Amino acid sequence: MSDARHIPDRLDRPLRRLLRSWEFLLALVAVAIFIANSLASPYFLNPWNLSDATYNFTELGLIAFPMAMLIVAGEIDLSVASTIALASTLMGAAATAGAPIAVLVLIGLVVGLFCGAFNAVLVTRLGLPSIVVTIGTMSLYRGLSYIILGNQAYTAYPTGFAYFGQGYVFWVFSFELVLFVLMAVVFGALQHRTSFGRMVYAIGNNPTGALFSGIRVARVKAILFLLTGLMSGIAAVCLTSRLGSTRPSIALGWELQVVTMVVLGGVDILGGSGTIPGVVLAALVMGLVTFGFGLLNVPGIVMSIFIGLLLIGVIALPRLWSRLKPRGT
Amino acid sequence: MSIFKKALTTAAVATALATSTATIAQAAPMRIAVVVKALGIGFFDAVHKGAEEAAQKLGNVKIIYTGPTNTTAEGQIQVINSLIAQHVDAIAISANDQDALVPVLKKAMSRGITVISFDSGVAKAGREMQLDDSSTPLIGKTLIKLAADHMPNGGEVAVLSASATATNQNAWIAAMKGDMKDYPKIKLVSVVYGDDLSDKSYREAQGLIKKYPDLKAIIAPTTVGIAAAAQAVEDDHLTGKVNVTGLGLPSQMAGHVKSGASKSFALWNPIDLGYAATMISYNLATHKAKAEPGAKIGMGRMGTVTLDKNNIGVMSDPFTFNASNVDKYAKMF
Repeated sequence: MSDARHIPDRLDRPLRRLLRSWEFLLALVAVAIFIANSLASPYFLNPWNLSDATYNFTELGLIAFPMAMLIVAGEIDLSVASTIALASTLMGAAATAGAPIAVLVLIGLVVGLFCGAFNAVLVTRLGLPSIVVTIGTMSLYRGLSYIILGNQAYTAYPTGFAYFGQGYVFWVFSFELVLFVLMAVVFGALQHRTSFGRMVYAIGNNPTGALFSGIRVARVKAILFLLTGLMSGIAAVCLTSRLGSTRPSIALGWELQVVTMVVLGGVDILGGSGTIPGVVLAALVMGLVTFGFGLLNVPGIVMSIFIGLLLIGVIALPRLWSRLKPRGT
Repeated sequence: MSIFKKALTTAAVATALATSTATIAQAAPMRIAVVVKALGIGFFDAVHKGAEEAAQKLGNVKIIYTGPTNTTAEGQIQVINSLIAQHVDAIAISANDQDALVPVLKKAMSRGITVISFDSGVAKAGREMQLDDSSTPLIGKTLIKLAADHMPNGGEVAVLSASATATNQNAWIAAMKGDMKDYPKIKLVSVVYGDDLSDKSYREAQGLIKKYPDLKAIIAPTTVGIAAAAQAVEDDHLTGKVNVTGLGLPSQMAGHVKSGASKSFALWNPIDLGYAATMISYNLATHKAKAEPGAKIGMGRMGTVTLDKNNIGVMSDPFTFNASNVDKYAKMF
């Protein structure tokens, strides 16, 4: 490089960097699980079965994309599952009142946005820690749907509404899967190909530094909360359509599954680093593990243990690696 | 090797192959999946035991006992998707949500899988039939009879239920109130709610004992409530004065029956339930019976079940446990 002022933004050569990346390791794990599943069960390599299996991660994945960006920026949103519950409840109420499909979808998205906006205001305007705020709104949003629904269920969804969670765009490619891929591309581009994405990394690494560099930190964070709310609303439309009904307990415990997916995808829980392709791979790994174990009728608790070990491994390995390396050299 | 010998070996090998494929085809067992609300619940482990008993009796039937880790509809849907992928012959499910499981169970039925629900039912569109453990009128009648059997002179009784919104408990209590006209000397003084939490149920039971000094019986139509109430009676040294009864698990209640805090209690027998659900699944999957209103379907040693207009059948009366049999069942569930 003749230009003396050139500062390389990548220290390793691309191939070497790829091989050492978290995403490459995850991809290897995904391939290994895929092969293991194919050998273990004669039912695994069937396009329709694999298509069914994608439902294990599509809705979670839709929320995991904006959640990954939020965590990279040093914040978190634990109210996503409750947002689904509230959005689904209000959609159900509207469906019972006879609202058409387009209105139902709109309600889902608007409620999601509203929930995200409320979190955003509390975190960015009042300066409260997001983990505390969203633990609060987690109870608040689900509490509201319990108040509205109680022990009842909404089941009066119009027939065509089933398309979002049960329909196929073509052959075995379900609407949810196509949406998942589309959103992966959109969020991948947003995080890795725009200045907005660079700002998110900057904020996660050093919020004060980012602020003094002229980044409108509060605004970026607010947008991320809004995106997370919006995607929770979209997930609510898909899940409600797939279940064909709403109960206040819908999507119970999903916030932790989403966070698990994000962290498994290599996003640093303390913020500052992580990629969208990593999250896509983590979604695949979780979906394949769940489905493969399901085919072998392995009890769910064993799956949870496996995912838990995978997660601890994911967090521990890089630290062990960096701790051992200096001694070795 | 002569041609003759060669031909003979080929023939022998061919025959051997043919027979072995035939045996394999014959040996492929019918797979009946028993899907429960969540794994690790004693009640459902006993259901599993009953299902295995039926499988053994039928022969060539394999039970796949499965369920999610938490009692969620989403978890059960994942499990059912993997069962559909395995092309099991029948699914018998105790549902976490009567509506949310309908789409996936419809899919299972459209792929030729026999689907029935038992215990906690699925809406009509999502199953061929539902097997109720017992019926609301039968449970209501049993609840008041359990208390009345031990209070020949009548007196005050109180109910300790689960939550105020629990559909099952509310229906049973309503049925029980209807049957109280047969016991004019018994007076229901209060209905309280312990929300199926041990500590809250315990406090509510203590409250009842303090508030109604002449209380003769506490009827708790919930397994959590009955155990907590029996403990409260023992701790307040009122054994023999206040009888705790209702619906309970033998394993949790055996000690309280021995201490005398509970003279008897009832519950549907989950072993019978698993057995009956398996028998019905087998009869439907082999087309020996068809699930339609008015149909009578065999349940082996449990007799036959008759379906009503919504394809719902009732297995039996709740089963009464007392000092004579509680130990035997306590080992199982």
